[in-house]
Amino acid sequence: MAKAELMDFDEAIEKYEVVIGLEVHVELNTNTKMFCGCANEFGDQPNTNVCPVCLGLPGALPVVNGKAVEYSIAIGLALNCSIASDGRFARKNYFYPDLSKNFQTSQYDEPIAFEGQLEVPVASGKVYNVAIERAHMEEDAGKLSHVGGAGRIQGAEYSLVDFNRAGVPLVEIVTKPIFDSGSEAPELASAYVRQIREIVKAMDVSDARMERGNVRCDANVSLRPKGQEKLGTRTETKNVNSLRSVENAVRYEIQRQAAILAAGGEITQETRHWHEDKKYTSAGRPKSDADDYRYFPEPDLVPVQPTEELIEEIRTRLPENPASRRARLQQEWALSDNEFRDIVNSDLLDEIDSTVSLGVSAQSAKKWWTGEIARIANVEGKEISELSVTPEDVAEIEKMITDGKLNDRLAREALSGVIAGEGSVAEVVSAKGLEVVSDDGALTAAVDKALAEQPDVLEKIRAGKEQAAGAIIGSVMKEMRGQADAGRVRELILERAKS
Amino acid sequence: MSEITPETVRHLASLARILVTDEEVEKLAKELDVIVESVATVKGAVSADTPATSHPIPMSNVYREDVVKPSLSQQEALSNAPDQADGKFKVNAILDEE
Amino acid sequence: MSELHKKPASELAQMLRSGEVTSVQLTELFLDRAEKLNPLTNSFLRINRETAIEQAKHADELIAAGKAPSVLTGVPIAVKDNLTTTDAITTAGSKILENYLPQYDSTVVSKLRAAAMPILGKTNLDEFAMGSSTEFSAYGPSKNPWDLERIPGGSGGGSSSAVSGFLAPIAIGSDTGGSIRFPAAVTGSVGAKPTYGAVSRYGLIALASSLDQVGPVTNDVLDAALLQDVIAGHDPMDSTSLVDSLGQMADFASKTDVKGLRVGVIKQLASDGFHPGIKARFDESIQLLVDAGAEIVEVDCPSFEYAVSAYYLILPAEASSNLARFDAVRFGQRVLPEGNPTIERVMAATREAGFGPEVKRRIILGTYALSSGYYDAYYGSAQKVRTLIQQDFEKAFAAADVLISPTAPTTAFKFGEKLDDPLAMYLNDVATIPANLAGIPGISVPNGLAENDLPSGLQILAAAKNDGVMYSAAAGIEKLHNDKWGKRMIDFAPELEVN
Ligand SMILES: [Mg+2]
Ligand SMILES: [Zn+2]
Repeated sequence: MAKAELMDFDEAIEKYEVVIGLEVHVELNTNTKMFCGCANEFGDQPNTNVCPVCLGLPGALPVVNGKAVEYSIAIGLALNCSIASDGRFARKNYFYPDLSKNFQTSQYDEPIAFEGQLEVPVASGKVYNVAIERAHMEEDAGKLSHVGGAGRIQGAEYSLVDFNRAGVPLVEIVTKPIFDSGSEAPELASAYVRQIREIVKAMDVSDARMERGNVRCDANVSLRPKGQEKLGTRTETKNVNSLRSVENAVRYEIQRQAAILAAGGEITQETRHWHEDKKYTSAGRPKSDADDYRYFPEPDLVPVQPTEELIEEIRTRLPENPASRRARLQQEWALSDNEFRDIVNSDLLDEIDSTVSLGVSAQSAKKWWTGEIARIANVEGKEISELSVTPEDVAEIEKMITDGKLNDRLAREALSGVIAGEGSVAEVVSAKGLEVVSDDGALTAAVDKALAEQPDVLEKIRAGKEQAAGAIIGSVMKEMRGQADAGRVRELILERAKS
Repeated sequence: MSEITPETVRHLASLARILVTDEEVEKLAKELDVIVESVATVKGAVSADTPATSHPIPMSNVYREDVVKPSLSQQEALSNAPDQADGKFKVNAILDEE
Repeated sequence: MSELHKKPASELAQMLRSGEVTSVQLTELFLDRAEKLNPLTNSFLRINRETAIEQAKHADELIAAGKAPSVLTGVPIAVKDNLTTTDAITTAGSKILENYLPQYDSTVVSKLRAAAMPILGKTNLDEFAMGSSTEFSAYGPSKNPWDLERIPGGSGGGSSSAVSGFLAPIAIGSDTGGSIRFPAAVTGSVGAKPTYGAVSRYGLIALASSLDQVGPVTNDVLDAALLQDVIAGHDPMDSTSLVDSLGQMADFASKTDVKGLRVGVIKQLASDGFHPGIKARFDESIQLLVDAGAEIVEVDCPSFEYAVSAYYLILPAEASSNLARFDAVRFGQRVLPEGNPTIERVMAATREAGFGPEVKRRIILGTYALSSGYYDAYYGSAQKVRTLIQQDFEKAFAAADVLISPTAPTTAFKFGEKLDDPLAMYLNDVATIPANLAGIPGISVPNGLAENDLPSGLQILAAAKNDGVMYSAAAGIEKLHNDKWGKRMIDFAPELEVN
């Protein structure tokens, strides 16, 4: 499918008002599923974390995971929502082969949390106050894979269903329509999702890894001519599973819709799919009147009525809210706005915070994470979170530098060894013999050898041209295979040259 | 006035994933129309402020501990599957070939 | 021991304990009768000789070791085929589950196994318990032992005919709108629907989740109480399962004095629509109660007028959702249409072929009641009627300890009589439905012979969780009747003979 006609982004923003709405699904990291005792894990062998309940076998009944309710309340509170004193589950009825009961147990008109708001800063310094409509509990569906037709649903010969994911607890967070973000709409969308991620990660209610689908975003986008009261027709783009994708998908939809509207066309209300590889959205299922989910209160589950005491207890356990945490950290680390934004944008706040709390200076921690580690991730085409390097590793490397046991180059080598899975910092250093040679005897011998080999340089040094020592340092370092402290080598050269 | 038309039946049957023949549609429309007319009396029996009852015995806050229980084995899970492959339930293609 | 098969379970249990008979002997006796007579009555869909004998041997060992886990240990039992069993195909009377061997036992069946009660087999029912005659079973109707040309009631006609024909001493049924009580009434036996939540629904193939309740089918009140004691109790697998114990029903059933008992006669269920013979027997019973010192009060339940209508909206609505899981993906029949069908078409074709006409009728009716634009008028109003009916009961139980009415408007009708008139069929349940809508307990006891010398039933209702009060009243009325008739009504039943 070819890319659609697009309007230049700035032109689109000039002509149309952008309205976005975001639905974020957060997978909770409870031990068990939402309504049964199966393990909440789906990397396992297919259909091994399943039982009569999540397979939707005849006669099976759901029982709510109390922990999931607490986590949902915590998310609601973190989003400044009101918590329902009387909430209920409802059945959302539709047939799909990955939906074991052919209804999703969800919440409809009585969500656990509602009417919240979240302050979301963007690069320009502007802070958007995003209104949250609701956060409700629901269950995930199973996982479909398609055989034939290059693994895509279109043209597939048949499909396979693994129900390990069926019944995994989700919290769906829905914003109210967001107006007036203009050219910042794409950035706001991704900043919002990032902030939701940070919140649920800080609370440890979700693993919050987008690349694994722990946090998933559906982005609603509509345009209307400036000054028009009536909202335009919206599309809902699904499958936007990285922060970058959120931004790109919103931007793409704005440009695509603007081109259609400018040409006098109409927007079709539909779900669209984002293709990160080729950076475009394609049409999915059209929304129509035939979508009739026939919601009704789930008769197999009784109402959820959290007490004031429970809500307050959960409130006291909430971590610091991300906005004030950021402000605090920026001040503690004494970083400029730009430096700090780099950290936030590259999603490294938690890593650097942990590294600093292990005694590393903020500057060094920042240097490692946004520098070498980010570089390796980039080279390997991975997210930093996927690399097997921890704040503890960084702290240990830093300590060895301070102790003079590693120089900069050796430290980087040690780091890449750790990332390559060769072991801990200490193991990599010892296995590769990376430690700096501090034995003066060996160094002196190497210096003498280099001086003897380059008598012209020796002359220059003796003549007082100390900068000429650089050439000798190079030879010595080569001899020592880089494992020498350059400062000490320089001292020794000057000492020996003058003796 | 007839509330349940053959068109309604066709729509409902498609929502409920039941294949119906034209004959069945006609028959069902007639039967359901009679039933709906009869049960429609509930509309007049209640007012806007009558509370609804979804559960006969009032209960609330029934929860399960977040403790993993044994699952079925893959073989047990698939033991009644009409078709299977690679440890998964096998189904016909989801989309019509274009 | 010629009449051993006619003895109540309570007596058989005593004989087992005293060693007069073994469980294997009893089980073989009933298996022999079942195998011989089932061709006449079609009570059983499957008779499990091998497993039943095995279970009987186990029971005998426990009894011999003085370790009988229950009063009814060793007493064989029949189970309605909508309760899952891992050792027997479970069809719920539907073609769609023709070869379905469940992966788990229903809680009720687990309790029978824990009590070491041999399971003789699985009994017939209207498909998914939708019906009042068993004529909607995909496996042919069961026959009424009093007259093989008549219906044994439904949906639990398999259990009622098995018990009244002495193919099993006791049985399990399920009651959504009268499916235990109506069959009991037309076969001269006893059937009780406990308070909603008293018996676990886990593993009961759901018809209407907020109405379904499992209960005993027996030939006397004490047996029903004993059996309820075995199957009742809190089940963590059923969120609607009552937490508190309602006491030992057998103790209540041994209190037979009705002196001072306040018996409410429901104005709306005392005259209109009941056949003259039914009405005459009912009036005689009131006189019996008065003579025995009970206090008769008339109670007014104006909302009962709408009960059948509310029921035929709530039941189909919940059923349409509960039955969505029969989709040819994880279990059950799969019908492949010609050509290269999508899974959607496979589902539709399977459900067309696998479901019978009444099931389809109700699924479509329920889909309508829930569909957008109609929900409030139909499902919503029906839920409100439910509130009104509960309020009627509340007032009635302030004035009376128990309420009585005829169980059904007629005696057993002939096959085919109401098959083409769904509304007429639905009206059979006019007296039994209100108890399901309100969740209260109800029991039907024999009330003398009426039209065509066929049995009629008396229904006794008590307030929610007052199952004990209901059993005491039922035992009291039963005693008055037996004293009057000189024997149990079931003893007037003709002998079943195979020619
Ligand atoms: Mg949702
Ligand atoms: Zn499960």
